[in-house]
Amino acid sequence: MNAQALTGGFTEAPLQAAIGFRALLTALSRPGTVMTLTGAQPVAPLSVAAGVAALVLLDQTTPLHLAGAHDCPALRDWITFHTGAPLVAAEAAMVAIGTWDALMPVSRFAIGTAEYPDRAATLIVEMPGLATEGAMLRGPGIDGTARLSLPEIATFRANRALFPLGFDAFFTHGDRLAGLPRSTSVEG
Amino acid sequence: MSGFNFAYLDEQTKRMIRRAILKGVAVPGYQVPFASREMPMPYGWGTGGVQVTAACLTPDDTLKVIDQGADDTTNAVSIRKFFQRTAGVAVTERTAEATIIQTRHRIPEAALTADQILVYQVPIPEPLRFLEPRETETRRMHALQDYGLMHVKLYEDIARNGAIATAYAYPVKVEGRYVMDPSPIPKFDNPKLSNSPALQLFGAGREQRIYAVPPFTQVVSLDFDDYPFEASKAPHACDLCGDPGSYLDEVITDDQGGRMFVCSDTDHCATRQAAGHRGRLSPMEAAQ
Amino acid sequence: MYVAVKGGERAIDNAHAFLAEERRGDPAVPELSVAQIRQQMALAVNRVMAEGSLYDPDLAALAIKQARGDLIEAIFLIRAYRTTLPRFGASNPIDTGRMAAVRRVSATYKDLPGGQVLGPTFDYTHRLIDFALAAEGLTPPAPEAAPLGPVPRVTGFLDREGLIEAEPASDTTPPDLTREPMELPANRALRLQALTRGDEGFILSLAYSSQRGYGRTHPFVGELRIGEVAVEVDIPELGFAVEIGEITVTECETVNQFHGSKTQPPQFTRGYGLVFGQTERKAISMSLVDRALRWEELGEDNTGAPVQDPEFVLMHADNIQATGFLEHIKLPHYVDFQSELELVRALRVNSEASE
Repeated sequence: MNAQALTGGFTEAPLQAAIGFRALLTALSRPGTVMTLTGAQPVAPLSVAAGVAALVLLDQTTPLHLAGAHDCPALRDWITFHTGAPLVAAEAAMVAIGTWDALMPVSRFAIGTAEYPDRAATLIVEMPGLATEGAMLRGPGIDGTARLSLPEIATFRANRALFPLGFDAFFTHGDRLAGLPRSTSVEG
Repeated sequence: MSGFNFAYLDEQTKRMIRRAILKGVAVPGYQVPFASREMPMPYGWGTGGVQVTAACLTPDDTLKVIDQGADDTTNAVSIRKFFQRTAGVAVTERTAEATIIQTRHRIPEAALTADQILVYQVPIPEPLRFLEPRETETRRMHALQDYGLMHVKLYEDIARNGAIATAYAYPVKVEGRYVMDPSPIPKFDNPKLSNSPALQLFGAGREQRIYAVPPFTQVVSLDFDDYPFEASKAPHACDLCGDPGSYLDEVITDDQGGRMFVCSDTDHCATRQAAGHRGRLSPMEAAQ
Repeated sequence: MYVAVKGGERAIDNAHAFLAEERRGDPAVPELSVAQIRQQMALAVNRVMAEGSLYDPDLAALAIKQARGDLIEAIFLIRAYRTTLPRFGASNPIDTGRMAAVRRVSATYKDLPGGQVLGPTFDYTHRLIDFALAAEGLTPPAPEAAPLGPVPRVTGFLDREGLIEAEPASDTTPPDLTREPMELPANRALRLQALTRGDEGFILSLAYSSQRGYGRTHPFVGELRIGEVAVEVDIPELGFAVEIGEITVTECETVNQFHGSKTQPPQFTRGYGLVFGQTERKAISMSLVDRALRWEELGEDNTGAPVQDPEFVLMHADNIQATGFLEHIKLPHYVDFQSELELVRALRVNSEASE
């Protein structure tokens, strides 16, 4: 294990995790809101925001899929050291991290079952940019409409059609993060 | 309280609860199973709400805890004290100053804001439980959106009593999908569930369920066209602050059954009295 | 004139002070030590450990002292403490076949290797109040016997002849009731976990109901054994298991009739009970309830008996859940009561108007 893997985690875990979680909670319960996250300095290519999200969500009980360029030895070591999350294939993942292209096809991820729709994957999508413009969002958490620079439209429309099944997503860029639960309707 | 982690729960437990909360937010009204922990207070006394609050609290929060609408009921006092000791957070009795409000049986009278989270303590999260005791059955009903049993129950109420005989824990449908128990709030409070700017989280510790109503989410009280839902309350004004529109507690004042009606929301009542509002039996009026 | 009730915090503090005073009782009477409770109230300690799911006799004794002898309250204290403990690892399954038994009886064979060993049992005491115990004095020592080494299992003899259902070993990690929400239907491992920490009175009554015909189990106590077993933990760095201590457990294996089917020759079936400490009423009850819950896999009829209903049994066995929910009804419910008052008044107005 590379020495870099041992640094960059939370220095005051109870407080930083609490603050990080509240940002995730706000982002997911108010789609179209972009939050700023701090507290983690992960190894490349993981963004700060995705790193905080990983530290908030992951432990030995949460199988993680690292997609594409994120599936590299440095990041695998960092995740293992700081969270202990078992690294798995997309189909078995509770959480997945990668760029949108690397995460495709998203049909590989768990969408829950009719009786347990909560058993669905959470995707952390690393973005080239993140802004409150682009796709128009409606649904729970949104007062009327909101906008978010989603990587595409069709997949999220298809995901909404599965409701109450479907995956949930966070989008990250640098230290910024936005959320998109499966309940959101997306239009171009 | 040294020796305990911030907000009492260990980090792994908080992560587990936080993941459940996020899934609850993603599927409004659906009850997410979670591995509820044994808390240092009894099941049935708010352990679900306490776990949700513990998972949400940050050091910057200002916490308000109410039971029956009041900050000074013993269980509210006890839970507030627990978080003061284990999380060191600021506490308040003012609804407007709170960022997290943990409640049992009421939604505050003051309109909530987007900066607030309302955490409900829930005894029986399953709205179908008293119609079908089996979890395996009710889970299937939710999966199939098979809510016929609930409509039959409401209809039988009307046949027997001429009205829907449910006064609290009145079932609602969230975003047209899941029938949800709003916890034992009086049906007077039901309209406040819908389209609230605040995030609403529900925790049932003993029954191991967490669910959520995100902000600006449609919540409809179940009813029939010819028997529409009605958010009723005692037909009186508060005898202390004179508010004709707040939810009231009935207080027996003498052995002859004399009574007065006072706001159940103590902060609401005190705020109005401080602003000069007076009721029929206001002590300040009597003193003059 | 009505004044809103204030001062909940002071009332709570005063109630706690009053409680502490009552706990101590008359200060002229010597205070109980934790060691005295552990030594002399050992069966209460055992019950608290079993239903608290934490093997720590000193802590259980302290909890009993703190709870003023209310065992459910003591179990609650242990559970709430247990939840906060970090987990360093999981032990290997204990091997009750290697138990150093202090008691071992079988109802199915008159004699067998290892023999019938009564041990410290109430069984044949005449239940006459012993007024001599009211006077403090030395108890004469009991006669010593050579310790009973590992003794063979009764079910092992039946197994060798194929007369009892096979119970193949499995390396599957069982679910953990304390770390995952209860999921129904529950497998046998999960059911056994719920039963071993379930309320002794509830499990006893369910077992009794099955004996009386509500879900017939017709068991023989094949073997009841009580004694110490080693607890071992695998240390990956060392590559072998290390003994970290010994615990006393009670194990009960019942032998039950089974009529067989077209595909299976007649065979006995098993019910199993395993509980921390010397807790034999609980272990026997557990084995009966376990067996009754297995009706479906054994192709028996569901007679609608409570003991055959896993959801009923598992959702109501936990006395900490039960007592919390039961007792919560003494908390304020003014708001809900008020809403019902108004509803009943309104319905009465309606019904009077329609008369």
